[in-house]
Amino acid sequence: MNKVVKDADEAIRGIEDGMTLMLGGFGLCGIPENSIGALVRKKVKGLTCISNNAGVDDFGIGLMLKQRQVKKMISSYVGENAEFERQLLSGELEVELIPQGTLATRCMASGYGMPVIYTPAGVGTEVAEGKETRVFKGKEYLMEYAFDPDFAIVKAWKGDTHGNLIFRATARNFNPMMAMAGKITIAEVEHLVPAGDLDPDQIHTPGIFVHRIFQGKNYENRIEQRTTRKKTA
Amino acid sequence: MLDKDGIAKRIAQELKDGYYVNLGIGIPTLVANYIPRGMNVVLQSENGLLGIGPFPYEGDEDPDLINAGKQTITTVTGSAFFDSAYSFGMIRSGKVDLTVLGAMEVNERGDISNWKIPGKMVKGMGGAMDLVASAKNIIVAMQHVNKSGESKLLPECTLPITGRKCVKRIVTELAVLDVTPQGFRLIERAPGISVEHIRKSTLGKLVVEGDIPEMKLD
Repeated sequence: MNKVVKDADEAIRGIEDGMTLMLGGFGLCGIPENSIGALVRKKVKGLTCISNNAGVDDFGIGLMLKQRQVKKMISSYVGENAEFERQLLSGELEVELIPQGTLATRCMASGYGMPVIYTPAGVGTEVAEGKETRVFKGKEYLMEYAFDPDFAIVKAWKGDTHGNLIFRATARNFNPMMAMAGKITIAEVEHLVPAGDLDPDQIHTPGIFVHRIFQGKNYENRIEQRTTRKKTA
Repeated sequence: MLDKDGIAKRIAQELKDGYYVNLGIGIPTLVANYIPRGMNVVLQSENGLLGIGPFPYEGDEDPDLINAGKQTITTVTGSAFFDSAYSFGMIRSGKVDLTVLGAMEVNERGDISNWKIPGKMVKGMGGAMDLVASAKNIIVAMQHVNKSGESKLLPECTLPITGRKCVKRIVTELAVLDVTPQGFRLIERAPGISVEHIRKSTLGKLVVEGDIPEMKLD
């Protein structure tokens, strides 16, 4: 049951050109920083990346875009990345934009072993073009397929040697359902502990879904929009 | 004519005690500043939080704690975190009482466009399509006319649609309007704004019945 690997480079073993990857995170919050770094070093190319966002120019998936490692992005919002926009407009990069809830639920369906979901999001819009629809109780729904990623890469706050994961605050986001969806799931964690140290009642993702886990290092945990208020005297 | 805060103040009057509310980016976010004192309203952030608190004090920012606009925030008493599938489960199953969002265009039937300007802005829809497809009550907060002075309340949307027949009420710098089978029904005027001014600024069909009261903003 020991899922522990040495580091990010060992964890991404087997990821090859042309594969489909899921990467957890919302904006720069809860992204697998160490694994992205390893993918950048490995220079695998032609990847299809399923992730809510595409990072910023110098961080997150943006680093992979800069090296032209990504063939296609499947995301819900990609507004924060100038290089992304350039590649999109020049036709170097393919992009499929899908509603955020549809993205989350298609990930969930993958992990739950269900081939499709029906959602009202996108009915009557260009998202619905070419898709099968059905009416349930008088309301129209789109049929959307589960994903079939080769690898899912997630970031958790704590994890144990069996691969059980606990996320923290809004860094949870897409990570739990993506963890369930990978044929092989890689988890990087800020704190790796021996099995038995985590309270079974507190575990968000049971280790059965995680194939490789490693202690991440040098987390930058970058903030995208730093907003604060002043202490009133 | 109302400023952005005026629009937010007017929308805050639509809140009710016990409401779960999702506020979009832009003017809708400002509504949080005008929740009536003593009223219990829980703000939902679709990236995974119920109970959004104010921005953190300088030095207290937590990179793991952000809102859907990726801004650092805080929690409040009774907050809960959850994953993205849960989040859209709440939205899709109608647990969110009110959704306030911005728009580029709204048409007479309550269709909304707010996610794409072909050839110019292609950033994605984020959670907007899910919200408009499922929310029980959608209020749009927007400017009545665009920067070139053209009406954003139209017979037909010209931009790609985000959702169909979903907008219930629109609050602009000029007016409060409801979407009805007859067209945009004028409910209230902004202080000092005439019905004629609103008529000239509304390209879609405008229904005016009886005396239209001025908004009361204190």
